[in-house]
Amino acid sequence: MTQMAISPPAAASEDPRDRGGPAQPMLIVDGIRKYFPIRAGVLNRTVAEVKAVDDISFYVVKGETLGIVGESGCGKSTLARLLMHLIDRDDGHLILDGDLVGEETGVPLDGLRRALQMVFQDSYSSLNPRLPIEQSIAYGPKVQGASSKVAKAQARALMEKVGLKANLFAQRYPHELSGGQKQRVNIARALALDPRLLILDEAVSALDKSVEAQVLNLLEDLKRQLNLTYIFISHDLHVVRYISDRVLVMYLGQVVEIGPVDKIYEDPQHPYTQALLACRLSMDPEERVEAAPLAGDPPNPVNPPSGCRFHTRCPFMEDVCMSKAPSLGDVLRSSAQDHLAACHMVHPGSGHSRAPLAVRA
Amino acid sequence: MNDMTPTNLSGSMPLAAPFVRVKDLRVRFVSREATVRAVNGVTFDLARGEVLCVIGESGSGKSVMMRSLLRLHPKKRTVIEGSMQVGEHDIGAVSDRVLSKLRGSTISMIFQEPMTALDPLYTIGDQIVETVRRHEGLGREAAWARALELLELVRVPSPERRLKAYPHELSGGLRQRAMIAVALSCRPSLLLADEPTTALDASVQIQVLVLLRKLQREMEMSMIFVTHDLGVAAQIADKVAVMYAGRIIEYGTVADVLNRPQHPYTRAMLASTVKDQERGVQLEAIAGSPPDLRALPDGCSFLPRCGYAKPECAVAMPPETVDARGHMARCYRVGVEGQRLAFSAPAIQPSVCTNASQLAAARAEMLGRQA
Amino acid sequence: MTDAVANSLAVAPSQSAPTARVRSYWGGVWQRLRYDYVTLFCIALIILIVLSAVFAPWLAPFDPYKSSMANRLRPIGYKQFLLGTDEQGRDMLSRLLYGGRVSLLMGIVPVILATVIGGLFGVVAGYYGRKVNMGIMRTMDIFFAFPSVLLAVAISGSLGGGITNQMLTLTVVLIPPICRVAETATSQVRNMDFVDAARATGASTTSILFTHVLINVMSPVLVYASTLVSISIILASGLSFLGLGVSPPTADWGLMLSTLRQSIYVQPLVSAIPGVAILVTSIAFNLVSDGLRQAMDVKA
Repeated sequence: MTQMAISPPAAASEDPRDRGGPAQPMLIVDGIRKYFPIRAGVLNRTVAEVKAVDDISFYVVKGETLGIVGESGCGKSTLARLLMHLIDRDDGHLILDGDLVGEETGVPLDGLRRALQMVFQDSYSSLNPRLPIEQSIAYGPKVQGASSKVAKAQARALMEKVGLKANLFAQRYPHELSGGQKQRVNIARALALDPRLLILDEAVSALDKSVEAQVLNLLEDLKRQLNLTYIFISHDLHVVRYISDRVLVMYLGQVVEIGPVDKIYEDPQHPYTQALLACRLSMDPEERVEAAPLAGDPPNPVNPPSGCRFHTRCPFMEDVCMSKAPSLGDVLRSSAQDHLAACHMVHPGSGHSRAPLAVRA
Repeated sequence: MNDMTPTNLSGSMPLAAPFVRVKDLRVRFVSREATVRAVNGVTFDLARGEVLCVIGESGSGKSVMMRSLLRLHPKKRTVIEGSMQVGEHDIGAVSDRVLSKLRGSTISMIFQEPMTALDPLYTIGDQIVETVRRHEGLGREAAWARALELLELVRVPSPERRLKAYPHELSGGLRQRAMIAVALSCRPSLLLADEPTTALDASVQIQVLVLLRKLQREMEMSMIFVTHDLGVAAQIADKVAVMYAGRIIEYGTVADVLNRPQHPYTRAMLASTVKDQERGVQLEAIAGSPPDLRALPDGCSFLPRCGYAKPECAVAMPPETVDARGHMARCYRVGVEGQRLAFSAPAIQPSVCTNASQLAAARAEMLGRQA
Repeated sequence: MTDAVANSLAVAPSQSAPTARVRSYWGGVWQRLRYDYVTLFCIALIILIVLSAVFAPWLAPFDPYKSSMANRLRPIGYKQFLLGTDEQGRDMLSRLLYGGRVSLLMGIVPVILATVIGGLFGVVAGYYGRKVNMGIMRTMDIFFAFPSVLLAVAISGSLGGGITNQMLTLTVVLIPPICRVAETATSQVRNMDFVDAARATGASTTSILFTHVLINVMSPVLVYASTLVSISIILASGLSFLGLGVSPPTADWGLMLSTLRQSIYVQPLVSAIPGVAILVTSIAFNLVSDGLRQAMDVKA
């Protein structure tokens, strides 16, 4: 634990913590599912279910940044909490660096906890208002058995690492910090257990633009230095494009498109992705949007639409979209360079009039 | 009627006195521990039917400035100086009774978080009806009809049903629309918007922006729109004011400010905004942080973070430099060349300073050469 | 630090700000309290009342139980009786000082007990939620269903009189409200991201409860508990007044008020003295808890 703060930057291939080899994905998520029951009545019976995360599969390659985008309520945050085991999944597997997580034979939860950490959205709730920030950061190592002194020394080293002068800040309370500083503390806290994969859940969304740039630079540097892998969840498509290697688009608890960032941004396949990209605001006052690319709010995940879940807002909707759910394809067998979309318009022979006619070899 | 002078070329609107006139507005919050100088001399005019976007980081005083126009600050701890004229009313001088009449009718406000602006105990319909009846003395039925009309105006689907809904029953985007409907219920001539789209998804944000712009045009409202997002300003503004440490440091038409930024802060802010930058290349973040409003320096408040500092910057806040188009910047490096503002960069361009030591070195070099 | 990071780091905000001084949470509370003269005055008043009760044997000019038929119901300031005498000719000042001992005990001990017990139940209910919460909170609701005075009278009536039983009664009556406040505060804290962050480190529930939850639940609970002190005093006085608490001739403010009631037309001012003592003490406690709430309110 203690040597992490001073561990030298290592190349991706020779990380001593590596168990599965460089080609083994850092994390494989296989068919993960979470339905939240809605209870009502005197007997507290389950009357409906919110399909927050509905059969999601993907993998994260070592050393990459996977961006996850989608509107609020699409299940991004639930997914993050599922990966962190903060809520129990109903179904599906997690494979961390080649080892099944949680089952009797695989890595114990404790191991997962050390390898996976999360940076929460900056808000008043992400740091304990009654703890000096040094103690907030030192808490994790202490829990994992480090002595109080070692944990504190480590916390101070981490504060320096994220750009906070330990002498000045160690004893301060969260309310004495600005948003950017709080977010640095959040990052330091997540790094305290020497994780390999960091889940950043809207980690820069609440920050001012100039501070956002500072924190993004910091994240890039830490990634290189500590040989980290990121899952970067955000609704800001500009930021996701800047920081991600691959992008996963979520809609109502499902993956609708996944692929390398340039392919997604330059040639989006799914109409939802196209609409999301069109919602980006231009900085040029000449390029004003006259009509909103996406009408309305996302439908209620309690009763998601039949067939393709996007058909209620899709400009290309046809009968087949209402009856048959398009498949994304086998994500786990695809390569990291593949670009997959769950839309009838890209699948030959799907029955959609815009679908390609035949498979070209 | 008879003086149809040729100066009146800029549009169909007569060049009458501006609708909103803020002059040398200063706002201080006084407590035992410190005096926070949130607004330090803000002056601007706003014509009828014009949209002014106030851009700034948190702590720049943009929200404080706007809330002063409704005198929403706690009376006891706040000192407001300067004059604020809205229509024929002097906001600083009117009685509380007149002010509460103005609030919601002539001047209305929308907020970032609609749940704080809507009363959770009343339905959307009740809230609109109540406002309309209080300010315009309409009957219950007429008020209800107006409420329905308003929800249709803000494009709420199935408005009859939504009128009977409580705020918590609506989604974020609908709630925002409902709040806009309540704010517009008495056809205000001035709408104050405090980051109303910041908490929304991009897809909903753009719906609300398009809607606000349309309503603003149709109702010929003036609007002051506070945001930290330059993209939002580009979408909705006619004029842009950039605020830093409680002062407007750059002002002009939206095209002038966003496409030809002059002040180093505006330039840095544009450069640091993430937008299609190449991956792996460092973002040009602005080093440092906004000044402490409890202890503002004498000179230019951006000086500690500025890569273009001159010796005189430390002495006094730069005066306003204005060109023929009304583009204004407060920086010693900005002058007027011909008809337009121009930034005279130092002979040696400082490298992009993204950290303290680089910045300090660059500044030392710069100051040394000029001394 | 390594150069690579130092190179990229923008200066963290306000490190250079000279005005930002480090101050602990309690230091901040004290800073805010220092200028709140009303609260400070009330704190001083409470200390005075407590001290005078503690040192009653030394301060009281007379034996509070020694009656004198000759000096019954003397007015305030009569000879050596500073506050007059009661219906049995006992010195009011002495009885007031001694009575404060019982009344303050009744005000403070049940509140402390109820805070510990009710707080514990509330935190457990709030943190675990679901079924545990249902079990605990529905039980509390049963007690809540009765007005507190009625509940106190009922319990007291079945337990019988005496100081211990009276304290027990008051404790039982005060547990549900404290439990409710603790439960609400806990379930709010429980949903905060920092608790999830702590869980993500693999910390045990006990560790999270003690490091992260209790510390945040404490201040609302303490503030609320301090308002209950006055309620407890009044309830205790009420019980004594009804004859369900301490029994005569013990000096107790409530009991004194009760026995002097018959003399209200003879010596209205003297009869009112115990009532004034109850009023002043409970207002002081209320104002202090108001002040504490403001001082402890951290704008996060």
